[in-house]
Amino acid sequence: MWEYSEKVKEYFFNPKNSGLLESADGVGDVGAIACGDALRLMIKVDPATETITDARFQTFGCGSAIASSSALTEMIIGRTIEEAMGISNQDIADFLGGLPPEKMHCSVMGYEALRAAVANYRGETWIDDHEEGALVCKCFGIDEGMIERAVRMNGLTTLEQVTHYTKAMGSCGTCGEKVEEVLARVHREMVAEGTLDAAEAFDPAAARLPALRPKVAVSPLAPAASPAAKPALTSLQKIRLIEQAVEELRPYLQQDGGDCELVDVDGDAVMVKLSGACVGCQMASVTIRGVQERLIEKVGQPLRVIPVKAGH
Amino acid sequence: MKPVYLDNNATTRVDPQVVEAMLPFFTEQFGNASSMHGFGASVGAAIRKARQQVQELIGAEFDHEVVFTSGGTESDNTAILSALETQRGRDEIVTSAVEHPAVLSLCEHLEKTRGVRVHRIPVDAKGRLDIDAYRRALGPRTAIASVMWANNETGTIFPVETLAELAHDSGALFHTDAVQAVGKIAIDIKTSAIDLLSLSGHKLHAPKGIGALYVRRGVRLRPLIRGGHQERARRAGTENVPAIVGLGAAAELALRHLSEECGRVRALRDRLEAGLLERIDNAMVTGDPANRLPNTTNIAFEYIEGEAILLRLNREGIAASSGSACTSGSLEPSHVLRAMNVPYTAAHGATRFSFSRDNTEEDVERVLDVLPAIVRDLRSLSPFWQGNGGGQAGFQPTYA
Repeated sequence: MWEYSEKVKEYFFNPKNSGLLESADGVGDVGAIACGDALRLMIKVDPATETITDARFQTFGCGSAIASSSALTEMIIGRTIEEAMGISNQDIADFLGGLPPEKMHCSVMGYEALRAAVANYRGETWIDDHEEGALVCKCFGIDEGMIERAVRMNGLTTLEQVTHYTKAMGSCGTCGEKVEEVLARVHREMVAEGTLDAAEAFDPAAARLPALRPKVAVSPLAPAASPAAKPALTSLQKIRLIEQAVEELRPYLQQDGGDCELVDVDGDAVMVKLSGACVGCQMASVTIRGVQERLIEKVGQPLRVIPVKAGH
Repeated sequence: MKPVYLDNNATTRVDPQVVEAMLPFFTEQFGNASSMHGFGASVGAAIRKARQQVQELIGAEFDHEVVFTSGGTESDNTAILSALETQRGRDEIVTSAVEHPAVLSLCEHLEKTRGVRVHRIPVDAKGRLDIDAYRRALGPRTAIASVMWANNETGTIFPVETLAELAHDSGALFHTDAVQAVGKIAIDIKTSAIDLLSLSGHKLHAPKGIGALYVRRGVRLRPLIRGGHQERARRAGTENVPAIVGLGAAAELALRHLSEECGRVRALRDRLEAGLLERIDNAMVTGDPANRLPNTTNIAFEYIEGEAILLRLNREGIAASSGSACTSGSLEPSHVLRAMNVPYTAAHGATRFSFSRDNTEEDVERVLDVLPAIVRDLRSLSPFWQGNGGGQAGFQPTYA
């Protein structure tokens, strides 16, 4: 059974703005019956102000598909086309109080239907570049296509990099083997295309899953052991490294609508403030652990990351 | 309102009599059957009795042909892996396209990691096995043929007795996953050529985590789990005594209720099916109506999606299940319905109602009362539904 938020249930059981919109100015059809979900979005537009004055939907699909469609209509009515186009699929999901990772594609469908409807209104043809791969990492809702894009765009070569760029495998780690398969497949294709040197290609046989908790003196509870090879850092050097690491991490959190800010450093304790989507997110503790691992890696010393509330 | 549970192919309620039979084996008769003292002896006797009760239910010739396992999946895995080891010089598996994942996932894994050749025999539109293709796939390399007795999604029954004989003609072992059949239809295994049969407790009002593998006397078995000498060294690990006792008690009850299953339960199922088809148009029964488990109906409602149906039913206190993609988290609808070539317009809206002896006529009435309105309502939302201004012809999405 999916864990749907109350808002998803409300929009599913009592959908708003469903049905046909007579003499619509723009109609966007996306999805297919073969895929199990399809959506027709109909909009009325005031040409003078380019404001969406009314919107209706018809959806074939599961509970979250119907809820996402209905939510979308509520979000765009009264907005200008430009404003409406600024709504991301994450915004739709957020409006609904979140969607299970397997169901995020429902919000993507709404996002695409709006583009299709606006294109139709403007007399253009909307070309779909929608790709959907099998979900690989359930913890963070990362599918095969997202991993492939990250690998290709950034020339990633290790599993660790894939985790850092996409978060896949960053929590429970059980999808490790699947991530390996995807990385190996993409590399094979890249080598064949001549975009990757065969020597750099990922070899699953030689690879070892990165330990989620590095074994050497990184437990936050472990006594401060002398870091093996690295020379001792001055407090200032340490704080600078921490600052640098936090800055590097922020873009990833911001991608998901969250953020993280360094508040203070006291010995081994690093105080950070999570904000935006990170606040109240079920995955916040995972994020904190991820931040901690990243800092430990960077500084080479045991550190303890402590989340502090805003205004602390 | 009393909830209506019509998902008995997923799992059943443990019969209170089963629970009662099990209870002493937690606190009073807690001994280990292997122990050389009184605590162990009485437990050993209880396991023996349970073995005989299961033997009775499936009509096995000897009680020692019953090996207790953790459930259907373990039994399936044991049977197939054992056959590959004991059948020398044979490295192929013949199975059907509509097996349970307990068989299909294992086959896929063996294909990938051991180079085992797997023949997946197709089915027709009613879910019936292509016997000619089955016959052609069998050969001197076949280690084992594994075909389910009855399909979990549609209830379609396979002619396993015939299939077993055909397998033997080519020197292969025959295994059947009878998890959905045992307790629902009469089984007399000793009169058949079946070598191995899997059954699961929780499908017949016993607890979860217990099942059995029938191993015909003389059939060699390589244990999946190695360790102590329990189950005549065919399944190691200290016996799960309360669950074994529960399975035994449930088997005895199932045998006693078998005529009810084929009579009263079948009548309930038939009434629901006929009632729904009468009240809802563009609906079709999937599977083979002439040869089906008495408790199962799988009805596909066109142009709507199964998860949406289930969520609405659930709000009315009615539990059913669906082969739709959205309920499983995959992107494809059920492999069973796809193998049957059920059109996509219907496959996504397939809804399974599976009964047990716990169900009543009121349950059927409740579903007949609420489901037509649910289907109507969801269709009014669907762009594919004719009369919505769309209809299938009028709705042409960009990436259809």
